[in-house]
Amino acid sequence: MKKLLTVTALVAGLSMAQVQAKDWNNIRIGVEGAYPPFSSVTPEGELVGFDIDIAKTLCEQMQAKCEFVKQDWDGIIPALLARKYDAIIASMSITEERKKKVAFSDKYYNSPAEFIAPKGSSLVISADGLKGKKIGVQRETIHDKYATEHYPDAEIVRYGTQDEAYLDLQAGRVDALLLDAVAGEDGFLKKPEGANYAFIGEPIQLSEEGAGIAIRKQDTDLVEKFNKAIADIRANGKYDEVAKKYFSFDIYGK
Amino acid sequence: MDFSIIADNWPLYMQGLGLTLQLVALSLVIGFCIALPLALMRQSSIKAVSWFAWGYIYFFRGTPLLVQLFIIYFGLGQWEWLKTTWAWDLFKEAYFCALLSFTLNTAAYSAEIIRGAIAATPHGEVEAAVAYGMSPFKRMFRIILPSAARRALHAYSNEIIFMLHGSSVAGIITLNDLTGVARLVNSRYYSPFEAFLTSGLIYLCVTFAIVAAVKALENRWHAHLRPRTA
Amino acid sequence: MLDLRGYGPMLLEGASLTIEVGLCSLVVALVLGTLTALAKLSTSRFLRSVAAVYTTVIRGIPDLVLMLLIFFGGQVAVNNAALALGYEDYIDIDPFIAGVLSIGFIFGAYMAETLRGAYLAVDKGQREAAMAYGMRAGQIFWRVMVPQLMRHALPGLGNNWLVLLKTTALVSVIGLDDMVRKAGLAAGATKLPFTFYMVVAAIFLLFTTVSVLLLHWAERHYGKAYRRA
Repeated sequence: MKKLLTVTALVAGLSMAQVQAKDWNNIRIGVEGAYPPFSSVTPEGELVGFDIDIAKTLCEQMQAKCEFVKQDWDGIIPALLARKYDAIIASMSITEERKKKVAFSDKYYNSPAEFIAPKGSSLVISADGLKGKKIGVQRETIHDKYATEHYPDAEIVRYGTQDEAYLDLQAGRVDALLLDAVAGEDGFLKKPEGANYAFIGEPIQLSEEGAGIAIRKQDTDLVEKFNKAIADIRANGKYDEVAKKYFSFDIYGK
Repeated sequence: MDFSIIADNWPLYMQGLGLTLQLVALSLVIGFCIALPLALMRQSSIKAVSWFAWGYIYFFRGTPLLVQLFIIYFGLGQWEWLKTTWAWDLFKEAYFCALLSFTLNTAAYSAEIIRGAIAATPHGEVEAAVAYGMSPFKRMFRIILPSAARRALHAYSNEIIFMLHGSSVAGIITLNDLTGVARLVNSRYYSPFEAFLTSGLIYLCVTFAIVAAVKALENRWHAHLRPRTA
Repeated sequence: MLDLRGYGPMLLEGASLTIEVGLCSLVVALVLGTLTALAKLSTSRFLRSVAAVYTTVIRGIPDLVLMLLIFFGGQVAVNNAALALGYEDYIDIDPFIAGVLSIGFIFGAYMAETLRGAYLAVDKGQREAAMAYGMRAGQIFWRVMVPQLMRHALPGLGNNWLVLLKTTALVSVIGLDDMVRKAGLAAGATKLPFTFYMVVAAIFLLFTTVSVLLLHWAERHYGKAYRRA
């Protein structure tokens, strides 16, 4: 009898878990935590940043309980596929390559890329001007891909996190960094260690599609939910509330 | 398994292999040149000299290669004055940092192997050399070292393989060695099996090649020890 | 003197994690090593060839590559297998488990060689005498073989442990907060990378020294019967 009860309880528990998963009342969200001002960890261990706040706002809008899971960039898509979490909100640009592996929501922001070099650098941003120069990028970002394709004669130096790239720029190990303009401004140039560095050249619009939320391909219902939530917070002003906390310009893009 | 990933990136893997072999070969050669005097210093009757060699060997054998690499690559950046000297032109190259730490590391291990082999020289060989009236210098280079080389060969071949495997940490400081390439391919295609197994198998082949080469060399060097065949 | 800017305790936490990873991996390695050594000594051709492939392949591939393979690949493999079996929830292979498993897996191969060599080094007559006394197989193994093979195995096992301890530094690469990674975090915050990595090196030297002393003591213990009075 006791055994039977246990089994029944187990089955009931399992089926409940199933139902819960389908309803998306609980969503686990993968974030990076090393990409200020979009995502970083305070000394107290708290996750903060634009990505985090947007995620919280979206979850509120969807009336879902969200749990954040920190994950290094290198393994962020494999861990999604392995069901460590259900969605990635980590400033991930929507690209054709990634679409082969995951589905994307509509964009939640779009910002251009730009080069950073020591102040007074005579670097010319062109395939010729960067010949033989070292350009630092974060490994497997759209910046990595763009630099690899457009500056074939430059040496592309790839880093696991943006923070490591800043360190090597300061050590003189790379001539310039190609990175997200907003991340570079707030994450480096505005800080004391970025005082001797500046943007060079013009902002480059790398992605037409912007940054979206990555979700497993089979979870089309979750994509729908996120798309609706993004549209909702754009409409009800909550998106702008969050954006204003971080940026003085329109991060959403046109 | 998606073999097209491996096929598409094969040239990249070969470049990675090239860098790995170059780093390992250079550090072994330079390291050996440091190891020989180091081993002799260790035997020296001058206390300060032998203590220095002991300390060097103790430090480099007692700490992980990764930490030694980080001390050179990240650590030296702590000294701002260093950045203003010509030396920084070298230290700012990840390649140089890797080569330097590998060289210093293998020098310590090789020195210990050489020392052990010299210490195991049969007394009779040395006594015979003395009886022939050989100078200490001649004794060292004609009798002791050749005889020690035979005994050290096996241990040294292990050191070569350790260095080959140890060199994989170069991939951590942005270098595209065989391991660095695998990390790149993994993050580009999200295919850990294809990416790392390919590198792993290439390392395995190189290891086998080294083992085979040493076997052949051992056969030659130890020819006089083989039982005579009719 | 040495100013760690308040990061000392954090570094010690990392040091204790390094030891934990080291000891856990050692246990895994010894279990795997014993099983593999037994397989190598067995009469089954199948077991012998499995053991031979394991030890050859492991010793031909760098630790770091294996660790990355297990960390990145294991995650995918385990969860795909679980899903195929109808288990819907996520199984997390955290860096600690991935690190311990891969280091244990690697050093299991080295341990196997050491243990096999030590077993073969024990004089045949010992086993024969035990059999003549009518001891059972288990008794022979634990009462006669193990105490004697320990004497032959200890130098090799000790050496493997020293190498294993240094290999733990690699777990910092797969995101485990060991001593090396903690030093990296502290170095980033204080701009004192040289100081922190040198402290880490010093702690490793301390671990090595203590290990060597303990090993000397153990070798004396197991060699007691063979010392001249």
